[in-house]
Amino acid sequence: MNLDKNSNAGQDEPLIEWDAGSSLEGETSSSKLFIRRFKKHKLAVIGIFVISILALCALFAPWLVPYNPNTITDSFSSAPSSQHLLGTDQIGRDQLSRLIYAARISLSVGIGAILISAVIGTILGLVSGYYGGWIDSIIMRVTDVFMSFPYIMLILVVASIVGPGLTNIILILGFLGWPSVARLVRGNVLSIKETDYVKASVVLGFRTPRILFMHILPNTIAPILIYATSGVAGAILDEAALSFLGLGVQPPTPSWGNMLASAQSLTVLTSQPWLWVPPGVMIILCVLSINFIGDALRDALDPKNKK
Amino acid sequence: MFNYVMRRILIALPVLFGVTIINFIIMRMAPGNPVDMLVNPKLPAAALEAKKIELGLNAPAYEQYWNWLTNVFQGNLGYSMITYQSVGKMIGEHMGPTLLLMGISLILGILIAIPLGVLSATKQYSKLDYFAVTGSFLGISIPNFFLALGLIYVFSLHYKILPSGGMTELGGSGGFMDVLVHLILPVIVLTANVAGRNIRYVRSSMLEIMGQDYLRTARAKGLREFLVVNKHAMRNALIPIVTVLGMEIPILFGGAVVIEQIFSWPGIGQMTMSAILSRDYSMIMGLNLVAACIVIAANLITDIAYALVDPRIKNSYQGAAAK
Repeated sequence: MNLDKNSNAGQDEPLIEWDAGSSLEGETSSSKLFIRRFKKHKLAVIGIFVISILALCALFAPWLVPYNPNTITDSFSSAPSSQHLLGTDQIGRDQLSRLIYAARISLSVGIGAILISAVIGTILGLVSGYYGGWIDSIIMRVTDVFMSFPYIMLILVVASIVGPGLTNIILILGFLGWPSVARLVRGNVLSIKETDYVKASVVLGFRTPRILFMHILPNTIAPILIYATSGVAGAILDEAALSFLGLGVQPPTPSWGNMLASAQSLTVLTSQPWLWVPPGVMIILCVLSINFIGDALRDALDPKNKK
Repeated sequence: MFNYVMRRILIALPVLFGVTIINFIIMRMAPGNPVDMLVNPKLPAAALEAKKIELGLNAPAYEQYWNWLTNVFQGNLGYSMITYQSVGKMIGEHMGPTLLLMGISLILGILIAIPLGVLSATKQYSKLDYFAVTGSFLGISIPNFFLALGLIYVFSLHYKILPSGGMTELGGSGGFMDVLVHLILPVIVLTANVAGRNIRYVRSSMLEIMGQDYLRTARAKGLREFLVVNKHAMRNALIPIVTVLGMEIPILFGGAVVIEQIFSWPGIGQMTMSAILSRDYSMIMGLNLVAACIVIAANLITDIAYALVDPRIKNSYQGAAAK
């Protein structure tokens, strides 16, 4: 609906603008420019650092953790000590080990879900924007329909029917998250399809798939990448909320969200802060870092930015 | 203007239709039958059977859909599979508290976001700008349930100055002050979200306007900076904010589900969670449908409001009609 409105106003601009024809400088100079602009965002540089550490922890979790995350040790609900740096939970599992393993879950949900919705959204957006007409109308109305349901509510409803679990959560978030990508890509395709090089490839008689995927797609990659970055952060938050409510990743698999669910009990909330503060802090650190990176990417990839 | 409103309504109708179709498909995926859900389970067995045949339980899917749809439009959203009460009636009873919570949070969030966003844009790279932008990032990055838990921990458990849940005190007056005290914590959480999402939006909208030629003209003719910002720039920068209101509604509904659950707020969010946990599918689908309809209505109103505040849209339509 919103895109439609913009075109009525005669200002047919996608949310993230990407002038397709302007980056004709050499490969090295443009990547140097990109790095220089990106580095200006100190917080984003810190963000990359934090995410790299988290990713390494997630990758090498089995070698890093002091205990198996699902093994029950002899002390339960014990406060942080030299033996258990972050204490243990109600049934005696080492909290630090679970926290590290949970990074795996959160990062894979974030990346997995966005990969699915980016692929679906990109294809639908390309087709919708390029062909226009009734194909466009149908795809955009379907997009409107999906966007009319409150996102979290729809996810909860579907999760309650297909059942919770890691794979299901990735699939649900992925298959319900595509509409905004489709709108974004469609908006970009609408302006790119008016450029001379696309018109030239039509005149040259290239087949449509080639024009779509070899000529138009590469020029809308930047906005998709920017969107995907903030999308990863969103998916991590959604997974945490879902797991917190008990409809996401199921115990004993640790996830930051379901570790926080224990804080719904009053004793944990009041007297065992080591059980709920660390997973919450991890979510904030992770999501904040990704959002900072997304913001810097937006600035660095914007061809209008001449600094 | 009339043409524009009509066009908006004509676009909203197929969307509404699509929403009912998706809702019906999800219901068919759920255990139990969607048409089955419309019948009050308290009826005697024979009457139940007759009613089911009347509703076309054995009919093909499209016929079932049609039966279900006509029932929905007559206000029959079905009966709860757990409490046997009418879904429509229960939603009506719980809608008030949710709208109160969402309304206050939306208004407060926007009231914080607009001045902060505008100031942040006019004083770009100042301390205030960094403060506002960082605050905005925190607002979108802190999970709302974690913020809620933190607030309960500090204000309800540690300092014991605010209630941790509910809408009124048990045996309390139930008066204005009672509700107000209970509103504070959930409203803070939702407001932080709304403000976080919108500060940067207002800021970038304002920054874009600040670079426009007509502002240079305004300054060149010697207007005071105060007037340039508040009269020439802000009015134009705030037009896109109208659309944000429409986009906030579905997000707020999602937030309400989580927040109402934590604060035991007796609204439709908490109802949704308990329906989901007790697998009350007729209730879940009724709630889902009502929420989607509210979102469509909100979008329609935003679209019309947008045309009212932005004369360009109205004019482009009058131009089109004259052609």
